[in-house]
Amino acid sequence: MTTQPDALGARIGMWLFLFSELLLFGGLFLLYAVYLSRYPADFAAGGQQLDTLLGTGNTLLLITSSLTVALALSALQQGRRQLCQILLCTTVFAALLFLTIKGIEWQAKFSHGIFPGGSELEALPAGQQIFFSLYFVTTGLHGLHVLVGAALLLWTFGLTCREQVTTQNSAMLENSALYWHLVDLIWIFIFPLYYLLL
Amino acid sequence: MNQTAHTPMSFRSLTFVWILLLILTGITVGVARFDLGAINIWTALGIATLKASLVVFYFMHLKDEPRLLVICLLVALLTLATFIGLTFFDVLYR
Repeated sequence: MTTQPDALGARIGMWLFLFSELLLFGGLFLLYAVYLSRYPADFAAGGQQLDTLLGTGNTLLLITSSLTVALALSALQQGRRQLCQILLCTTVFAALLFLTIKGIEWQAKFSHGIFPGGSELEALPAGQQIFFSLYFVTTGLHGLHVLVGAALLLWTFGLTCREQVTTQNSAMLENSALYWHLVDLIWIFIFPLYYLLL
Repeated sequence: MNQTAHTPMSFRSLTFVWILLLILTGITVGVARFDLGAINIWTALGIATLKASLVVFYFMHLKDEPRLLVICLLVALLTLATFIGLTFFDVLYR
């Protein structure tokens, strides 16, 4: 029996998984919406303590990495393997840079005693405590997705080197690119809701 | 098998979408400097939705996928909207 790669089937499977991811983050956005309506002033005060510059930088980084991975797929489909590999490496580099910036941001909060269970955090008003708890859970879960996405793309890069991901058989790259775009999508909503809140 | 593969998107159109996303990011950051009350959050969500649609339809190639997949995405989003909406029926009128 010959096995034919079913590219459409592979993509539909990935999309179904992405829908479940959407609902996972949706739960966190639901919590955000409910507590924003209950503590609008505290949420605004919390949002103003986040670094807008770092947040904007990370937004640009993710949008650009979304472009590079989309370009990588187009390059592979056009048979330009080497260009595809360069673009994949660029994307992974952007992911690591994103995590580094996120780390700097968290570190700044930690040094001010703002972390789950931290003494300074517990001294804040209830609404701000909820804001920062949601901030850490949401960006933490998102950061985990960045890490997984970067690992997937790195693995895909390895597969292109061994010619197991090719122009004719690109499902692995298509699906890890889809996953990476989801990571970007989630951040598109996290950014204004947490960093740009007035 | 080749029928199910996308025709690759050109580098030019992908880059164009990227520039649109950058412009929209600029607008979001710019608008957030002015305190417009409740309008702020709705503008931010509106622009974010626009950016998300660009990513979903162009970067994720949903525009080339079967109609059924688009409907599936709408069902997922509608489910989420229903969850959030029904929760507010409870929370707002307590």
